[in-house]
Amino acid sequence: MMKSFSQRFLHNPLVIVGLSWLTLVLLVAVLADVLAPANPFAIVGKPFLPPAGDFLLGTDSLGRDVLGGLIHGARTTLLIAVLSTLAAVAFGALVGAVAGYYGRWIDDVLMRLTEFFQTIPSFLFALVLIAILSPSAMNLVIAIATVSWPPIARVVRGEVLSVKSREFVRAAIVAGQRDSAILISQVLPNTLSPLIVTGSLLVATAILVESALSFLGLGAPNQMSWGFMIGAGRSFMREAWWLVTVPGIVILLTVLSINLVGEGLNDALNPRLADA
Amino acid sequence: MSDVVLTIDNLTVALPSWSDRRNAVEGVSLDIHRNEILCVVGESGSGKSVMAKSVLRLLPAPHVRVTGGRILFEGKDLLTLSEPEIRAIRGGRIAMIFQEPMVALNALMKVGRQIDEVLEVHTKMRAAERRTRVLELLADVHLPEPERIIDSYPHELSGGQRQRVMIAMALAVEPALIIADEPTTALDVTTQAQILHLIKELQRTHGTAVLFITHDFGVVAEIADRVAVMRHGELVELGQTSDVLNTPQADYTKALVAAVPSMTPRARTSAPASAPLLIVRNVEKTYGRHGGWFGSRGRTVKAVQKVSLDIGRGRSLALVGESGSGKSTLARCIIGLEESDGGEIILDGEQISGLTRNEMRTLRRHLQMVFQDPFASLNPRHRIGDIIALGPTIQGVSKEQAWKEARELLMLVGLKPEAVDRYPHEFSGGQRQRIGIARALAVKPKLIIADEPVSALDVSVQKQVLELLDKLRRTLDLSMLFITHDLRVAATVCEEIAVMQHGLIVEQGSTADIFSNPQHAYTHALLQAVPGVAWQTRSAPSI
Repeated sequence: MMKSFSQRFLHNPLVIVGLSWLTLVLLVAVLADVLAPANPFAIVGKPFLPPAGDFLLGTDSLGRDVLGGLIHGARTTLLIAVLSTLAAVAFGALVGAVAGYYGRWIDDVLMRLTEFFQTIPSFLFALVLIAILSPSAMNLVIAIATVSWPPIARVVRGEVLSVKSREFVRAAIVAGQRDSAILISQVLPNTLSPLIVTGSLLVATAILVESALSFLGLGAPNQMSWGFMIGAGRSFMREAWWLVTVPGIVILLTVLSINLVGEGLNDALNPRLADA
Repeated sequence: MSDVVLTIDNLTVALPSWSDRRNAVEGVSLDIHRNEILCVVGESGSGKSVMAKSVLRLLPAPHVRVTGGRILFEGKDLLTLSEPEIRAIRGGRIAMIFQEPMVALNALMKVGRQIDEVLEVHTKMRAAERRTRVLELLADVHLPEPERIIDSYPHELSGGQRQRVMIAMALAVEPALIIADEPTTALDVTTQAQILHLIKELQRTHGTAVLFITHDFGVVAEIADRVAVMRHGELVELGQTSDVLNTPQADYTKALVAAVPSMTPRARTSAPASAPLLIVRNVEKTYGRHGGWFGSRGRTVKAVQKVSLDIGRGRSLALVGESGSGKSTLARCIIGLEESDGGEIILDGEQISGLTRNEMRTLRRHLQMVFQDPFASLNPRHRIGDIIALGPTIQGVSKEQAWKEARELLMLVGLKPEAVDRYPHEFSGGQRQRIGIARALAVKPKLIIADEPVSALDVSVQKQVLELLDKLRRTLDLSMLFITHDLRVAATVCEEIAVMQHGLIVEQGSTADIFSNPQHAYTHALLQAVPGVAWQTRSAPSI
């Protein structure tokens, strides 16, 4: 017998590693106020205290607790990444589904629009959007979602194109179902697996974009984030290596974990591909 | 025996751990002699193709692999040869013909060059000699104008011509054995008859041994010297063709032979003289009328040309034709999946051609469709109950009532009512087609259009589904338009037949009349081309 999805997913050691780290980050983000009750911007000690002293990860150039910053940064970074991904998936799926299902001129118009967004270098585009909209958490979500929906639209369109020619869609037409109902109840559920995989990998990209924007000082103001910490610490790299290294490693591990889980999802959802 | 070409000795091929059985082939032993055609028959999943592929070591390793036995060819065990040794045998001493010539040929290479390649690899001939030989081979397989074909690309040839090229390629270096894996399954019935004839003729003139894989007993009757019947990876019966076909020993073989649809046409039922339920008048459909954006006028294909037919209440009409004859297009025009370009379609006194989908919605309860592919026609993410209840709920039946009726329908088509809560992947192909029939019946239609409903099914399952359709049609007093490429199937279920060719109905009449006295040349050719026609009409009462 074919192993079930959860068996295939959870028996993959790389998935377990990725999931463990992500669970930890998620817990920390949710419990940030309990784990580090102090304001992460508060000055708690002398500047440049090395790690493993009074403060586990030391302090930065203004004497702020690096660990507290990481904990609160997890919340900001994850929230912005997840929200922007959800927005991108919702919008991209809508565009892709409508383009794929209705075809003809609707498809042409929507796909040219998608290509228009795809051809602009995405990071520069996000930068321009933030510069126009002014930096805030909401605008970060908008900017990141705006630059990341095109691949989702393409994936969904391709899937819808292949699903809509299947006979069960014809059967639904013969049964008298309306187009909108066919799209929602018959076609879209069958495009879910690639959508989940692409979406999960998109979270990793969103974290990177958010960190890069924060690094440049275009992140959410008054909210501690990993990218901001690296940006603030970059001029002191020789004196205080931990200011840049620690948040950098955290970003690396989180993005890597999301990729591992995404790959694991892909393998578990498409077992035949994984074996080839 | 001295003239044994290939010996398969106690061969066992293991399947990967996640499969539903351990071995694809289990302890099969066979001999193939010089100058004979051995047909291996079996239903899907019987392991016949895996066995054939293991001879040339073409199995998808490492998941499917030989775990026991020997395959002896010219004194050597093919399973223990090194890669260079087996390569010399592939295409040289043993050649293979595949099912889909379009896929098996390289689309970017001229066919002449593809045959030439075989000669280049396996012989020391010079280029000019090879070209002469390729032309000879093309002439041998009766391709018209070899000089032109040699420089053609595969897409410029028809399906039958491509298969002839494959055969020429297989014969190129006079192999001792040819393995043909369902070589005619993808072809139309008239083309199939020609290719079978060609294989037999060439096999006789060259004295080659042929291992012929098929699922069709008609093909067996047409071509085989000996038959091996396989089931679940095991050899069930092995014997001379006439013995196996006429006096099968194993129960499974008996069931398979009995399931082959007979050539005996249905008797005409006493005709109730009433107004026809469905009237189709001068319906036309042309594809490719719209040019591209840049004004390039695409080629137009007249798929259906002014077709007219009637179906009486409680009557069944089979629309028979080869691929591209327009039979499915006509069906889709009637059911409203395509818009016809002209003509009238009248169902029970109401005009249904030219209606929009919204206007059509209430009329859907009068006509429904059974689809071809039982695996693609049920949404894998919906429960059976939802699939069957969809039509009635759209027509305004309450969900509880629709589900209650779905349970009753499942019993009617021979499944358990508990199936409503399960998903399509838990059912076999035949069971799924029963579900598809239950779905079509759910709105209590007057007319069912069945588009090749059994062509994707194994022959024993096919028989059960045909019997079910026939029983339901009588008890529920349904009319049926039955689309098929197979005259044998048409004869089993329908009292009337309309034969379509190139978008036209060339002949129409009662099944008995058409079988006994075909008027049109094409109908005649179709009847002659039915594989195993001689064997079947011999066992059937003469008409």
